[in-house]
This record gives sequence, C-alpha cells and structure tokens, in this order.
Amino acid sequence: MFRHRATSEFLFLALLLAALVGLFGVLNEHFWSLATLQTVTNRIPSLALAALGMTFVLVAGGIDLSVGSVSAVAGAVFGWCVADRGAPVAMAAGAALAASLVCGLVNGALVNALRMPSFIVTLGLLEGARGVAYLVTSSQTKYLGERLGVLQATPVGGLSVAFLLALALTGIAHFVLTRTVFGRHMVAVGTNEEAALLVGVSPSRVRMIVFAISGVLAGLAGLCHVARLGAADPNAGSGLELSAIAAAVIGGTSLMGGRGSMPATFVGVLIIATLEAGLAHLGVSEPMKRVVTGVVIVGAVAAEAVRARLADRPRKISP
Amino acid sequence: MSGVVPRLQVRALKKSFGANAVLRGLDLDLAVGEIHALVGGNGAGKSTLSKIIAGIETRDAGALVLDGVPFAPASRRAGQAAGVVMVLQELSVLPTLSVAENLFLHALPARFGDVIDRRRLRTVASAALARVGLAALDPDESAATLGVGHQQLVEIAAGLAQECRVLILDEPTAALTGAEIATLFALLRELRAKGASLLYISHRLDEIGALADRVSVLRDGQLVATLPARETSRERLIELMAGEAAARSVAPAAPTRRGALALRIADLHAGPAVRGVSLDVHAGEIVGLGGLVGAGRTELLRAVFGADRFARGSLQLGPGLTPFRPASTREAVAAGLAFVPEDRMHHGLFAPLSVRRNASVARLPLRRFLPGWLDREAEARETAALLTQLQVRYADPTQPIAELSGGNQQKVVIGRWLRRDVRVWLLDEPTRGVDMAARRGIYALLRERAAAGAAMLVASSDYEELATLCDRIVVLSRGEVAGEFTPATLTPAAFMAAAFRGFAEPAPN
Repeated sequence: MFRHRATSEFLFLALLLAALVGLFGVLNEHFWSLATLQTVTNRIPSLALAALGMTFVLVAGGIDLSVGSVSAVAGAVFGWCVADRGAPVAMAAGAALAASLVCGLVNGALVNALRMPSFIVTLGLLEGARGVAYLVTSSQTKYLGERLGVLQATPVGGLSVAFLLALALTGIAHFVLTRTVFGRHMVAVGTNEEAALLVGVSPSRVRMIVFAISGVLAGLAGLCHVARLGAADPNAGSGLELSAIAAAVIGGTSLMGGRGSMPATFVGVLIIATLEAGLAHLGVSEPMKRVVTGVVIVGAVAAEAVRARLADRPRKISP
Repeated sequence: MSGVVPRLQVRALKKSFGANAVLRGLDLDLAVGEIHALVGGNGAGKSTLSKIIAGIETRDAGALVLDGVPFAPASRRAGQAAGVVMVLQELSVLPTLSVAENLFLHALPARFGDVIDRRRLRTVASAALARVGLAALDPDESAATLGVGHQQLVEIAAGLAQECRVLILDEPTAALTGAEIATLFALLRELRAKGASLLYISHRLDEIGALADRVSVLRDGQLVATLPARETSRERLIELMAGEAAARSVAPAAPTRRGALALRIADLHAGPAVRGVSLDVHAGEIVGLGGLVGAGRTELLRAVFGADRFARGSLQLGPGLTPFRPASTREAVAAGLAFVPEDRMHHGLFAPLSVRRNASVARLPLRRFLPGWLDREAEARETAALLTQLQVRYADPTQPIAELSGGNQQKVVIGRWLRRDVRVWLLDEPTRGVDMAARRGIYALLRERAAAGAAMLVASSDYEELATLCDRIVVLSRGEVAGEFTPATLTPAAFMAAAFRGFAEPAPN
C-alpha cells in the first residue's frame, strides 16, 4: 500500500511533467528541440544536487536553508585556489568540497549541541556562509574560463557530464534512502524522533550525517555553477535553498519529515526547469514567470496537503 | 451538615475511556463551607471526577446537583461561570505573559472597546497576589521568571480571583515549600470560613488530617467511605484505598528459575524524580516496579536505557558486573537492553509507517556482502514469521500500523525486540490500553522470554499485573525504594502503605 502510493505519486508527477512539455510544445513550435533540451539540462544540475541534499534533510525531519550560501562557499574556495594560489583543478575541487562538508558538519553539530531547530541554525549559516564566500573572494568574481569544462562536456545525446552526474547521484541517493539501514533510520527519525531514540537509533548521528551529505551536495552544486558560468561568483546560488525546497515539495517530500523520494525530487527539479524554459520560449516576462512558478509551487503543495489529509485520515485507535 | 442542602451532590457518576471504565457509579456529597479531601490509588478516579465537576471532561451517565440545582457544565468556562473552579495539577501558566495577565486572562479589564486597562489590571492583580501571600511579587513581572512553587501559587490565585462556590485543588502542595504550604492552608481555611466548598486531592495523607473536615476514599471509580478527617488514621485510609485482595483473574506465574545477576542499579539519581534507587534484577526473573503516578518509575527505566542522563549512581550488567553507563540508547541496545515505552502512540510507534517497518526497526536484516545494505526479502520473510508468532491481526504487512488495534500495536512494539538477543527488558506499562486477550498474549511472551533467561523490569500501575506477572515487586515512592515484596508477601494494604511512604515527610525543597 505504501509502495503503491509512492508509485502512483511518481506517475502523477511524470504526467504533470509530460503535460508541461506537451503544452509548451503546442504553444511554441521551437520548444521541442535539442537546443531546449540542452538549455534545460544545463540549468538543472546545481538545483538537482541541492534538492537531493534537501530531500535527505527533510526526510530526517530537518531543513537546510544554507545550501545556496554553502554552494557559493565551495565556488569561492575553488576560485581562490585556482586563480589566487594556482592550485591544480582536482586539488581545488577537493578543497571546495571539504569546505562544504565542514559547513554541513557545523549545521549538524549546532543543531545537536544546542538542541535548536535546524531552521534557525541553517538560517544563521545562510548568512554566515555567504559572508565567508565574500571574504574568500574579496567580494570579487574570479574568472576561471574552461577550468571545469569537464563538467560541461556533452558525451551522450547533448547531455552534459554535470547532468549525468546529477542523474547518477539521484539513483545513488534513491538507493541509500530505500535500501540501506541508514536510509531506514532517517525515515524513522523523521517520522517519530522519540520512538527512534527508544529503539536504539541515534537521532543526533542521523542528523549529523544528513547535514554532511547536504553540505557536500551543495558544494558539488556550487562547482557545477562555476563550470557553467566559467567564473566563481560570491553571489552565486542565492535563493537556491528555496528552489531546492520547492523541488522537493513538488516531488511530494513532507516538510514534517519521514516521507520523500529522490526520483520524485528530481522530477520536481525537471518541472521547475521546464516551466522556466517554456515560459522563456513564450516570451513571458521575468516578473510574470515568477508569478506562474509561484502558482505551480503552491498548487503542488496544496495537492500534497490534500493528499496527506486523505491518507492520514484520523483513524480510530483504541486508547 | 445534615438537614442542609449540600453544596454539591454527585450521583451514580459513570465515565469510561474506551473499554476502560474509570468511574463506576460514583456518589459524593460536598457540604457548604467544608474542606473535603479526596484520596485513592492510581486509577481510583480522583482526577476524572474533578475534571467532570469542573466541566473539563464530560460524563457518560449520572447527575451533578449544585446548591439544589442540576448542574452540567459544558466546558471549563461554563463551570467557572457557575462558580466551580479547578486549579489544574499540570501548570497552565503562560510564560510569555505577565503575572497579572495570567491571573486575569479570562477577564482582562478593558476600556475604549478593547484596550487593556493596565492600571486596573495591576490593582486587581496585586490584590489577588496579596491573598496568596505573594504581595511582594510584581504583577508586571514575566511569568517565565517564576519558580515552580510560585507558579503554583499564581495558579491558585487565578482560581481564587474568581468568585467560587466550589474550588478543586489537585495536589496543590506537590511543588510548594513549607512556608508556601502554610500560606496556602491559611488561605484555604479563610475561604472555607467564607462558605466556599473545597475538594482537595492529595497523596500526603498527613496534611489531610491537619487541613480537611472530611475525607472520601475512592477505589476503582467508586466511593468506599466518607469519614471525619481528624479522627481517621493514616493506616485506616491506606487500608480503605487498598480494599480486599482482589480476585486474581490470571494464575500467578510458576516461580521462574532465578539465574545470575543481570542488572544492578546502585544509588541511581536521575533528575528530580529518581532519588537514589538501588535494585538488582537476575536472569530469568520478572521484577515489578510499582508506585503512584510520579513515583519515578518511568524516569528510572529511561535512565537505565540511556534515554536520559543520570547524575549519580552506577549501573552494572551481567554476571561479571561490567560497569555500564550508556551515553545513548544505541549503546544500551548494543549491550543487550530493550525498552518498551509507556506512551505507545508518541514514543513507541512510527504511526504512518507500515506494520512491517515497525516490526523490523529494532534490527534490520543486512545483505551478507554489502555492509549497511538492507535485505528487504529477508525483512519481509522474517517479519511475517514474527507477526505470526506474536499472533498480530493485520490485513497487509504494508498497511500503516496506525490502522491496527491497540493490542496488536503493542504486540509489535514489544515483539520487535525478539529480533535481538535481549538480556535485560525494561517495560513501562506494557499492557496499558490493551484488551484482555492481547494482555494474556503479552504475559505469555514475557514469561517465555524470562524462562529463556532474560531479566525483566516491568513498571506497572496495575496491582493485578504486578501480583500475577512478577516474581518480585519493588515499590517506589517519590523516587526511592519504599518496599519490596514477593507475590506471597504482597497485600494491597502493604503495597499501598509502601507507595505512600515517601509522602509521609514534607517535601524537601
């Protein structure tokens, strides 16, 4: 029953995506093209990676508002290593991911040590990490050219390495969530933290790990962004956290914890990207694009709320 | 008192929660201008009775008559409007408001429509505080800064701020110091002199003789006796609360073979609730933990399981007496402990998750060559066998466990630990809210585990359960061991006396 519900939900999302693609194709003859596909797939790796990390945190019952700033920190560290220190690309990328891992660990450690809501702790890092990104780059954009060109290469069917990486990580994340003990413990902590504690699961350990994962994925998102722009911009990824939450929520992830799906989050990302590309093709103005995107997000959340209400109808439980 | 219409008459009052009958045709008379104490063991019905009188709970059947007029308050507010006020045991002081706002939240003085008249609020609040001996307290101070004792007095002041005919106090002295208690008693006597009727619930039998005019003893939702408070001894009250030895509906367990020491608790202190408990549990032994609500049983079990830290004392495990100080529940589980919480819904179940996932969570089956990877086929197979063994009634292993009956849920919450080699079981009210058939199944399961060499510590508020399931019964009172019995030496009176022992001396504060 649980499994079937998830499957039907995924099909519903896939249909929504197909409907959007069909709609834009009918409205604009140039929409169905390889160029559009490339535009869409080029834009989404950053968002997809951040959204996967967000789904991990949300399923475990938390939220990570710092992903946009952490992605900027990773980009900034990479840019500084390459442009200012002349470090090899691989080493710089390693340093960037290490920096984002530290950000994730700081989030997890603060939530555990202070017993504070992750909303507040990561809101702090949203500001703090952004400041670090400015400090590292001295508030300047570092132009890097094709240094991360490997992520932009299109080995198959016009799909970039970054996109394929995001796709592969979605598969891995799906496996971790559904097939590992850790994934099951995440769901347990997100569903009922006290009950998880009392069957011998350590909620603080689970939280630490999901924030670490979210941090590293945000760092990877930052590197993808650098690769696409050919520059490390300390302003990069602002608002990424909200798009990531939107993608996860469209994908049916519960903000109350305990429920979420990685492939569905990925489809959520595709829906957001398709919407953006399609509206651009139609020549819709930037303000109007945001209005429509907002409507779609709220519509998806409303659908989720209605569905959750139907699914969690109060059942008679004897006292 | 005779010849006068009583202030409040309670007649044949009945109340059930689900299948659990709490009040079974209870009668009680409350006279005008008296302090009437109410005593009884766990589940006697004291709190439910007071909540029905105050309009917080509804009744199933029976009648209330207030000053000769039928009385059926639909809400706490309606009760207050009729002059029936209850000071709740759980503090309901709002920490974000000032003391004065807390006192008069139900009737804030306003002018110009809806603007609070600060000056008048201050005046009436000061007067109300002065009445409970808190004249020194600034009514504009934030209620968050008050200690528990002061909060309780503010709560009582809030009750007194209203004109009341009936004032109900549920364990008002639990958090108060000696001086505060003296203030409170003087106040209650003053109220009595003005003609108010007070219903006074307390576990402290000694203070009843000093304060109350009459005392009523409740047992199993019925009135046992109403007696003059001053002439009734503490021993007599305990005897009445305990009642006759109830007929045993479950045959006592055949004495299990007591093996080596499995768990030694030495002088454990945890929070305010556990104050130096020492206790041994042996392999193959079921040890019952009895006591009144708040005796510290849950807190003791949680501390042993590593769910809460303990300040002082030590734990030792196994025949080798290995020192054990769990930093987490994870460590406790790894050391062979299992815990079954009292609050199944909030602490035991993953309500929206499937029956299967709830059953497998204590030990997830792994693939042989991939560490950390689940073997979902084994999970399905093994949990199906477990659910059959436990005789759980369910439609589909993937249905949410919230859809099962309480008894079947509890079988899963206990039975999930069978997937581990548990040497010490800690069970908190393992049969609460469970029907008779499931209860028998759970008893059989626990006995079977004990016979297989597990040690069991079972906290229960059910006297029957302690008497029939356990090899040894340890009674806690206010966080200390107050008595130890075998099924042969256990009598309701002795049990009750032990449970009340900790309340004999005034609270150390």
